[in-house]
Amino acid sequence: MEEVVIQADKLTKKFGDFTAVDAITFQVRKGEIFGFLGANGAGKTTAMRMLCGLSVPTSGEAKVAGFDIYKETESIKKNIGYMSQKFSLYEDLTVVENIRFFGGIYGLTNEQIKNKTQQLIERLGLTSVQKQLVVDLPLGWKQKLSFSIAIIHQPKIVFLDEPTGGVDPLTRRQFWELIYEAAHNGITVFVTTHYMDEAEYCDRLSIMVDGRIKALDTPKNLKAEFEVESMDEVFYKLARQATRAE
Amino acid sequence: MKRLLVFIKKEFTHVLRDKKTLLILFGMPIVQVLIFGFVLSNEVKNTNLLVIDQAQDSATKEIISKVQASVYFNIASVTFDVKDVEASFKKGKSKAALILPKDFEKNLMTKHVAQVQILADASDPNHATTIENYLTAIIRDYTNSLNTTMPYTITPEVRMLYNPQLKGAPNFVPGVMALILMLVCVMMTAISIVREKEMGTMEVLLVSPFKPIMVIVSKVVPYFILSMLNIVSILLLSVYVLGVPIKGNVLLLFAESALFISTCLSLGIFISIKTQTQQVAMLISLMGMLLPTVLFSGFMFPIENMPFPLRMISNIVPAKWFYIIVKDIMIKGLGFAAVWKESLILMGITVFFLGISIKNFKIRLA
Amino acid sequence: MKAVIAENISKQYNGKPAVEKVSFEVDEGEIFGLIGPDGAGKTSIFRILTTLLLPDGGSAQVHHWDVVKDWRAIRNAVGYMPGKFSLYQDLTVEENLHFFATVFNTSIQENYHLIEEIYVQLEPFKNRRAGKLSGGMKQKLALCCALIHKPKVLFLDEPTTGVDPVSRREFWEMLKKLKQQNISIVVSTPYMDEASMCDRIASIQSGSILSIDTPQYLVKNYGNQLFKVKANDRYRLLEVLKSVPSTKSYAFGEYAHISVEKGHQMEASEIRQHLHQNGLTGVEIGDAEVTIEDCFINLLH
Repeated sequence: MEEVVIQADKLTKKFGDFTAVDAITFQVRKGEIFGFLGANGAGKTTAMRMLCGLSVPTSGEAKVAGFDIYKETESIKKNIGYMSQKFSLYEDLTVVENIRFFGGIYGLTNEQIKNKTQQLIERLGLTSVQKQLVVDLPLGWKQKLSFSIAIIHQPKIVFLDEPTGGVDPLTRRQFWELIYEAAHNGITVFVTTHYMDEAEYCDRLSIMVDGRIKALDTPKNLKAEFEVESMDEVFYKLARQATRAE
Repeated sequence: MKRLLVFIKKEFTHVLRDKKTLLILFGMPIVQVLIFGFVLSNEVKNTNLLVIDQAQDSATKEIISKVQASVYFNIASVTFDVKDVEASFKKGKSKAALILPKDFEKNLMTKHVAQVQILADASDPNHATTIENYLTAIIRDYTNSLNTTMPYTITPEVRMLYNPQLKGAPNFVPGVMALILMLVCVMMTAISIVREKEMGTMEVLLVSPFKPIMVIVSKVVPYFILSMLNIVSILLLSVYVLGVPIKGNVLLLFAESALFISTCLSLGIFISIKTQTQQVAMLISLMGMLLPTVLFSGFMFPIENMPFPLRMISNIVPAKWFYIIVKDIMIKGLGFAAVWKESLILMGITVFFLGISIKNFKIRLA
Repeated sequence: MKAVIAENISKQYNGKPAVEKVSFEVDEGEIFGLIGPDGAGKTSIFRILTTLLLPDGGSAQVHHWDVVKDWRAIRNAVGYMPGKFSLYQDLTVEENLHFFATVFNTSIQENYHLIEEIYVQLEPFKNRRAGKLSGGMKQKLALCCALIHKPKVLFLDEPTTGVDPVSRREFWEMLKKLKQQNISIVVSTPYMDEASMCDRIASIQSGSILSIDTPQYLVKNYGNQLFKVKANDRYRLLEVLKSVPSTKSYAFGEYAHISVEKGHQMEASEIRQHLHQNGLTGVEIGDAEVTIEDCFINLLH
């Protein structure tokens, strides 16, 4: 039995009468790429916030990286990385300055930061632009840099909230190669996306509809279960049942 | 025309749905008037008073005991030497001094005229005026009590130390009016136009048969109306709650307010044309408009006491002129003849900013 | 008559070229797609065509009107949905629609037939504020607002970005129906799967157009050999595939695609052998069906 890094048990979040997340139960194993899918307003963001320790659940239990999401949010934050499409990097700092800053935030020593900075810049092929402001980088590079920084402290889990919006198909795949590499190195990846082909890249995925998890399996099994050719159609079949509009 | 009306209605909807804006719009004037009205002015009790009695006759004794009896004053000490005043003020031992000169009673009885001198520390002008008023009242009370057919007069000679012009005293209502209008018209207008840019709705409106300049016009109308409502509420408050009457012509006061509102709106439009984000618009409105209004309108700090360069700067602050106008009309009860110059200046500023706004207005994005 | 003609239009910002000599034509009643990543220049092209920006070079016409001279006529006749969301969040669905109808000198009733099909889905929420709608619903409402004056040409700048797949699919179904009403549509998107819904697509990268073709033509003329491969360890698979000479490989759904460069031939068995030699298990290999996405990846390489 592999190590479980996220364990959610009937996790629920209510805003007044509205149940944003309705008793979701699932497990994510170490080193897994776990896709977290759902239509706009299905409750993905709310669920993710609870797991990151940013939002207190109404009821239910969950452990992230072995820590309780009610009581040990500080420990959780130390053991996870987070990247979203909206917030990534400081645009008015250079590449190197961003890496140093976040390295410092995550509590790396000066020595570690120095090594990491060098490694990262070489790995991403950013040597020629390392002194440039991030604002001048192409979006694809920013995303890769942002992801690398999110895992600079070797977290147990990295949460990616729609990480690859707005880039060309080639850049998107280069980004996914980074994800594979991280997973290969034992970092668990928890990712939301609107690209259904990306859903296929996940080891397992869950699909949320109206706050509940309606399906949870490997892409292959899901396609077999719904008797369709692509994840797109699995998603379409499920999400069409949705009754609420955010 | 119908389109314009629909647009204006939409603006009103925006304002009415946004509770925070509403609160700023109508809550702030009320709070400000009340704060200035009740907290900053009025009620002086137990003020330490230094009495210099150079006559030491029965009349002066009578006056001293009347002062002593009043709740407003504590007599810190009674001395003979005028030089004591400055030392006492500087040490903060007393806030005012009453000087009763030599031969007080004799002058009063023989010439029927006597003089007293009131010195007040006017670094807090409100306080100083109140002290002056109370002391004068006590002396008048004494004169009346002399119970004789002969008219005795005691003329108090009042001197305000440190802030002789007593600027900024109870005239806060005009100041608040200028401040509120500046805030509402400049900041809110600018922000509401820039918000359309930020939200991308400006793009859609530009790519429509609606004339671009009409977008601006329709933004301005609601804020003009709201500002007039604000003027009404401030004036009602000042008259009925604070008891500051409008001595001059009310219609003239409204007309001048409308003029100043136009000035502010032209400033707001100018800012909105030059900025791209609500944040910048807000910052410019606050730092560039509100701060100078507070500093240079003469409402908080007397302009006369400022060094020459700052006095020059104050001339380009529209609120200064409006403040003068309102004070003249409302407090002094003067007519248009007294304020036409200031009105002309405001008109000039308005035309200037409208002019450069129209010149800078773009029918495209860049 | 052409709905849009763009001839060598260019645009710079502070010396940096955003659009470089872009030319294309859009036929009447056509759905024309601009496909490319963020920063490729799509939005600038839209703004030039909707008269919001002046081109630095070249010329363009929309419905035979010049974008510089006849801006007023164009603004009367086109519908535009900018990329940044463009409704009043604090107005209700109905108020938004009513407002835009009035701004465009028309009424909801006048062109109701155009939006009817979309609007019936919004009707249950008509008293809800636009800000409280889901992404898909907002998009539908924005489309209604852009359509309400029966535009001759509809410009949609990334209408489906950030919208979930179900709503995206519905959105495209609506566009297909509008096409039948003879409304020409220029639409941009970063989603490759949407490209195949267009009649013709221009692929755009760094301000220049790489190709303009029908999706069918692109797929038919792909030219390269294309294999799909699967193995138990996907990470290792992609790593190993990188070492196969004269090929490009990339993840594609549950498979990896291997595109063999022109002038080279390769057998599936060769690849299989190569993978086995590198210790990969569970290898499945076969011919892949070419998609638009493969075509674009090939263009980008």
